[in-house]
Amino acid sequence: MLASLLLDGLAMAGAGIGAGIAVLGAGLGIGRIGGSATESIARQPQESGKIQAAMIIAAALIEGVALFAVVVCLLVVLA
Amino acid sequence: MEVIRKYALLALIIVASIGTSIASHGPAAVEDEAETGDEFKPGEMILHHIADSHDWHFATIGEKGHEKHIHLPLPVILYSSARGLEVFSSDRFVDPKTGHSNISEGVYAEKGLAIHHGHISVIGDEHAHLYDLSITKNVASSLIGATLLIVVFFTVASRYKKGALSAPRGIQSFFEPIILFVRDDVAKNFIGEKKYSKYLPYLLTLFFFIWFNNLLGLIPGGANLTGNINVTFTLAVLTFLITNLSANWHYWKHILWTPGIPLPLRIIILPIEVVGIITKPFALMVRLFANITAGHIIILSFIGLIFIFKSVSIAPLSVAFGLFMNVMELLVAILQAYIFTMLTAMYIGSAIEDHAHEPDMDHGH
Repeated sequence: MLASLLLDGLAMAGAGIGAGIAVLGAGLGIGRIGGSATESIARQPQESGKIQAAMIIAAALIEGVALFAVVVCLLVVLA
Repeated sequence: MEVIRKYALLALIIVASIGTSIASHGPAAVEDEAETGDEFKPGEMILHHIADSHDWHFATIGEKGHEKHIHLPLPVILYSSARGLEVFSSDRFVDPKTGHSNISEGVYAEKGLAIHHGHISVIGDEHAHLYDLSITKNVASSLIGATLLIVVFFTVASRYKKGALSAPRGIQSFFEPIILFVRDDVAKNFIGEKKYSKYLPYLLTLFFFIWFNNLLGLIPGGANLTGNINVTFTLAVLTFLITNLSANWHYWKHILWTPGIPLPLRIIILPIEVVGIITKPFALMVRLFANITAGHIIILSFIGLIFIFKSVSIAPLSVAFGLFMNVMELLVAILQAYIFTMLTAMYIGSAIEDHAHEPDMDHGH
């Protein structure tokens, strides 16, 4: 019984840590995209429309991957 | 004096909110929640709002024991080879103890059916196979979304039929730039000038279906349709079928026998590429599902904070963050629709493109 309690607790802890690491990865990745996007806009202000569009798309794709991890963590907690 | 008047309203609001929250911390407020198992469980509330349901629940008003549920009971349609087709209102499921309708733990005694967290089973024969074809909340919401799409786009289309060359008016002027955007920047861009028109109806439908249903889910009381993995699974399956059924020989050759790389690597890459046929639509499915569901969970959590702390002083924070997240979800709604459509167009484009031979590619064909 103690073993199963420990296992449950570890599973919850793992889920929480996993979600945190996923957010870390997403934050770093999207931060880099934002950084290079603003740099590029500073270099070529007339292209800012295209650069913004590319930035938003790349950010959405990375967020998709981060949410993969969130879904897995939710599955650990709820099932 | 002017300074005081300018900030008087803001000061009044702050003082009023602090005052009411201090009042709500009175001794009676906290002790009233006796441990009858009625404590607020945020996880349950959130899951209840995210999940599908056999009735469309809007609100519950009143004290414990005298609650009034504002809800729309939806039809339950069951089919099994033993019992045939049964159609009745989900109101018939009642709590055996109180006699009030209870959709999460209810019993329909006359027909011998019980419902347990959305799963309907025959009393006494738990493993009997029932096909649950009910109009659930998600089905009803998708029907509403479909009706909306039909009404809007038949209106837009009729405006084009009447005068294709006149300046756009009304609802047409709102949707025309978006339709042209999907046609030019998504379909033509990724599928190519020659073949895009065959796939354009599907891409347009996909885009507007996802966008409209994302938005309908954000309305308070709306259903979480695109956050239901079965719905996104269906959309991903459609993309999978369209991509693979219209693929040409070059596509399959590149997957099964990738040209331009040494033979041992080809054997290793073969299973990776074959799995890749499945993982690309799978990623589409999970991306849309997770984005929309996560957005709903965040907003519900902020509102739930008020109930966890049992105090109205958390409300300004909850409302501010909840409003911010809700507006962000409006952006996510159209962005996810665009991403799904764009990736579908990209996959279709890569499947049907004629192979452009570049002179320095050591392709072997």
